Formats: sequence, C-alpha cells, structure tokens
Amino acid sequence: MTALRHAAAIAAKDLRSEFRTKESINSTLSFSVVILLLFSFAFDPSPDMIAEFGGGLLWIVFAFAGALIVNRSFARELPNDCIDVLVSSPASGASLFLGKAVACFVLLFGIECICLPVFGVFYNVTWWRSLWELLGVLALGTWAMACVGTFFSALTVNLRLRELMLPMLMYPILIPALLSVMMLTNTLLTGQAMPSDFGVWLRLLIGFNIMFTTLSVYLAETILVR
Amino acid sequence: MSAPAVAAAGVWKYFGDYPALRDVRFDLQAGECLALLGRNGAGKTTLLRILGGLSGASKGGVLIDGGEVRASGTRARIGWLGHSIGLYDELTARENLRTFGTLYGVTAATVSDWLERVNLAHVADSPVREYSRGMRQRLAVARAFLHGPRLLLLDEPLTSLDDKAIALLQGLLTAARAGGATIILSTHQIREAMELASRVALLDRGRLMHFGERTAQMLDDPGYLYRTYGGEA
Amino acid sequence: MRTKVILALGAIGLPLLLRNLYVIMFLVPDDLEQGPVYRIFYYHLPAFLVAMCGYITAMAASVLYLVKRDQKYDTIAVAATETALAFAAVNLITGMIWGRISWGIWWAWDARLTWALISWLVYFGYLMLRNAIDDPTERAKNTAVYSIFASASVAVTWKAIEWWRTQHPGPVLSIRTGGVQRIDPAMENMLYINTLALLLLGAIFLLVRLRQEEVQREIDGLRRYAHALN
Repeated sequence: MTALRHAAAIAAKDLRSEFRTKESINSTLSFSVVILLLFSFAFDPSPDMIAEFGGGLLWIVFAFAGALIVNRSFARELPNDCIDVLVSSPASGASLFLGKAVACFVLLFGIECICLPVFGVFYNVTWWRSLWELLGVLALGTWAMACVGTFFSALTVNLRLRELMLPMLMYPILIPALLSVMMLTNTLLTGQAMPSDFGVWLRLLIGFNIMFTTLSVYLAETILVR
Repeated sequence: MSAPAVAAAGVWKYFGDYPALRDVRFDLQAGECLALLGRNGAGKTTLLRILGGLSGASKGGVLIDGGEVRASGTRARIGWLGHSIGLYDELTARENLRTFGTLYGVTAATVSDWLERVNLAHVADSPVREYSRGMRQRLAVARAFLHGPRLLLLDEPLTSLDDKAIALLQGLLTAARAGGATIILSTHQIREAMELASRVALLDRGRLMHFGERTAQMLDDPGYLYRTYGGEA
Repeated sequence: MRTKVILALGAIGLPLLLRNLYVIMFLVPDDLEQGPVYRIFYYHLPAFLVAMCGYITAMAASVLYLVKRDQKYDTIAVAATETALAFAAVNLITGMIWGRISWGIWWAWDARLTWALISWLVYFGYLMLRNAIDDPTERAKNTAVYSIFASASVAVTWKAIEWWRTQHPGPVLSIRTGGVQRIDPAMENMLYINTLALLLLGAIFLLVRLRQEEVQREIDGLRRYAHALN
C-alpha cells in the first residue's frame, strides 16, 4: 500500500538522519543515565523498595527521555522548511505521522534497552527474569509515548514555548498508559508473582494504544495543513 | 473544454483579523506560465501555499486539473520550490532525492539522472551541509522537478540563485512548459522571470488588481504594472 | 433572546440553589456514620456531574467544529471547558475538605481522586494551548483536536471507577447501582435536585461566557471589515 510505503520512507529518513548526527540519541541517553543516578541520591534503594516502585522509577526516566525524542521529531523538519515539502508531497498526513511515530518508537525502545542494564547495575536488580514479557510490555508503553508524543510534536511545532508545552500537554494525556505500564513493569522487573489485576492493566494499555493510534492517524492531516 | 490547470474561485484567507487574500479568482490553462507580482505582504506566498496544499483557504477554494489539492493523486503532479531549499542538511544529495523520490514514486535511476543534470553527480554522496550555496540551490531545483510535475509552484525562485542556477532553472522551466506543464512563480519584477511568463497577476494587500497577458511593455518598464493597475511597487 | 434565557435560568436556578442550601443545612437528616459533614456531598457529587456535562459538551462542540468549521462551535467548546473546569475545581476542593474531616487526610491517591485531578489538568492543558496559539482559525482547529484527545482520556477516567479497587465510596445513586437502594431515598432525591440547581448555574456560566466570546468575534469581524475597506 502506498500509504505504508510513504510512512516507511519517512521513518527510514528520520532514523537515517538521527543515526548520522546522533544528536538526540547521545543527549537523551546521557540525560537518562544522569536521572537514574540522581534518583539513587533521593533514596536508599533497598531490594524491597525496588520491588515496590522500580517500574515506576524506570518509567519516569523513560518519560523524560520520550519528551526529548518526540520534541525532535517534527522540530527536525523546520530547518530549510522541509515540512512544507513533506506536506505538499503525495504523502498523506497520516503517513507522515505514522512514519515519524515509528522512528520515535525505534529510538526510544533502543534507549530503553540500554537503560535497563544500567538500571540493573545501579540498583542491583536482575531484570531479565521475565525478559520477553518485560520487553513486550516496554514496547507497548513505548508505542503509547511515541504515538501521542509525535502527534503533539506536530501540534506544538510552531509554538513559541514548544519545549515546555509539549511535555506539559503530553504527560497528563499519557497518564493512563504510563500508570498501566508502570504497574506491569514493576511486576515483571523483579520477577514477582502476577497480582490479580495484571490483566486489567494490560487490557487498559492495549486499549489506550488502539484508541490513540486511531485518533492520531485520523487527525494528523487536520493539524498538518494550516 | 477541459478543466483549467489551475482554477481559483473566490479565495479568501484570514490570519486572525487580517485578510491576507481577498476574493482572489482566476483560471490558468495548461502550458501557461504565470508571474505573480506584488510587494512584500501582498499575499503571494499565501496564495502559493494554498495552491500547493500547504494551507487551506478560509473561504472559497482552488482546483488543480479539476481536483481538490488535498485529494490523493493531485499532489503527485505538483512541484514545490519555496523560499528555503527544502532539503535535509545531514543527508546526502542522493539520500535526499531518494527520500522525496519515494514519496512521488520516482525510481533510483531517475534520481541518478537528475543528479547528472544538475551537475551534482560527483558529490552526490556527500552531505548537503558541505555544499556551497549554488550547489544547494541546484539540488533544490532537482528536488522540485524530479517527478515531472504538471504544476510547478515557485516562490521567488530567482532572488537567491546564482547565474548558473538561474540558467539551469530557466532551461528546465522552458522545457516543462513545452511539455504542457503549468508554472506559477512569484517574483519581484525580475526581468528573467518576466521573460518566462505568458501571463501576469498583480496582488496588492490580498486583492487581485490585474490578471492578464504579459506584454512587452511590462518587460521594458518595471513600474508599468503598478502604475497602471494600482498598488505600490 | 439570549439575555432572556439567561434571566429565565437565573430566575429558576438561583432560588432553587438558595432553597437547596436551606434544606441541606437544616432539613435533611444526618448521615448515620459520618454525621453532619457529609452534607458537603450535596455539592461534591453534583459539581462533578455538571463538570462531566461540560466536558461532554466540549467534546461534542470540538467534533462539530472539525466537521463543520463553524467558529460558533469553537466558542461553545471554550465556554464549556472553562465552566467544566470551574465545577471540577469545586468537586476537587469539596472532596479534599470532606476527606480531611472524614478520613483525616487531605488527599489519597486512590483511583477516583487521582483521575479527577488528571482530568482537570488535561482540560487545563486545553486552556494553555489556546493561550499559545495566536491565529483564531489555527487555535480553533488545534484545540478542537486536543479536546478530542482530552475527552478520550476523560472517558478512561469515567471507566476507572469500575475497574479498580478504591478507598473512595462506591457508586450510591440507584441509577448506577441498578436499583439497589444504597442511601436514604430522601438523600438521593436531594442529590438530584441539587444537581439540577448546579446544572442551571452551569448553564448560566456557559451562556454568559458564550456571549463574551461572541462579542469578541463580532469585534474581530468588524476589525476585518475595517481592514478590508482600506
């Protein structure tokens, strides 16, 4: 399908750009590691504490990293007015959005996979006990952030206070997804037995993803054409 | 009688209080080249953006070959060259053209072909960031013409081009017109642009003051249009 | 015409509000467990219901704006959102006061309270976004889109009550518990009546705000006309 081909071209272009310059990846990775370090000063992380909120801690770091990555997503189209070329091309708004969201997802997921071992080292956690389930849950949470974040990146790209407005708008909307993924990650990170409401959180996260992906794809054209 | 290549019908565009375009209406047939004149702020860029599908009109609309701009298929026939070059500095010339080419369904062979035509084949695999200004301009031209557009929209294309690039662009535009493409370029009375044009439109504060043939008098006397049809030079 | 509607609503709503206040303070019986403080509930719950009506109105108006691109829907959306935020704030604050007295804590991170706060923040983001965009058409379009996202988020809020265990009291209105009578019928009736009173008040706020936006639009239109005459 043409639309998917367009989206793939955009995603490939974004990723190629990013890996060429490594601006975003380097700064976001360093930032994430620094935050992980700072948290270790905030409290003394005993194994019990980590079992209680390790997932939450990790996702706060990922949320901050996410804001940095998605902010770049449409901001990178501003120099040389490349956004105009993209919008006037046959690619639909939906394809543009989807391609960029996928690129953000890949970058974010990569950063998360690097942060996991760092987290394991700093806080003495064997995080690989339910590895595949953990990665699956991370992927779901990351898609929620990439999807909503990229959409809001498009929404705020022309605003004066973009760097501030984007996280302020994005985080409250993402809370259902963040909450669910924090709960799920918490359980899977420390290999605990699954509590009875595990299925509820999972369903919520998946439902959130379906709902907001649909909304974003449908409304992308509306916000990209001024 | 087939639909005109470009048909603007009662186009208004508001930015808040301010009407950037007021009741602009004209028809342009295929193969024509329209020079869009007006001082800064007259609405030339606004009109071009609506024609290119980058903006929507507040009232009225435009039809390209009888079709809506935001309909799929219409935009595949449009080539856009705005104020900025519309290229990614960190990617190479080839990567830039291949990326945009994919969006327009253009093959890799065509891309290589165009790199030859604009004399950039020898540096095709260096990032655009390293190019000189003239090279960037030539690559931007290649990007706009890559997919053989039927409608070319150029926003003050000659203002920032050097001699070689101007010659290149003139050649491409003439060839495109000969092939039946329609061209709309906004300009500040630059002779080279006026020579290319078959028709002229004068915008003043959003209003279309004149739309008609490009006469020889307009070529020789830069102030003629403004004096005759109102607005300021 | 609009003024007459506002006055009519005021003529019904304000006496009703005052009458309710009197009844709530003096005539309704005390709750068995909580004592007199529970009376704040007669404002706490209705305020939430009015806020929800506001959120739903805002969402409908936003969708209608995107479909029809008529500025009047944008006006309704912003008026409804601001009204909803005001009532939601009343809901949150009365809830905090009640919680402090009943449970001894100003705040608990249970599902319902947390989600009420989140919904408030989400719609406040709508106002922030409105402030950040200067061009009215872009502002209307982009905030309408944001409002739809916000409404989806609030929809999850509403569902959250049924999905999670909570410290907050469960649903008490018989329409929600499927006919089982959880509270005294007299109390339940009072709740509905006060909801009506607050709804009327909310409608007045909405209409006044609408009038304000429309006057602003008319001024903008006249300015445009003046520019066009130049």
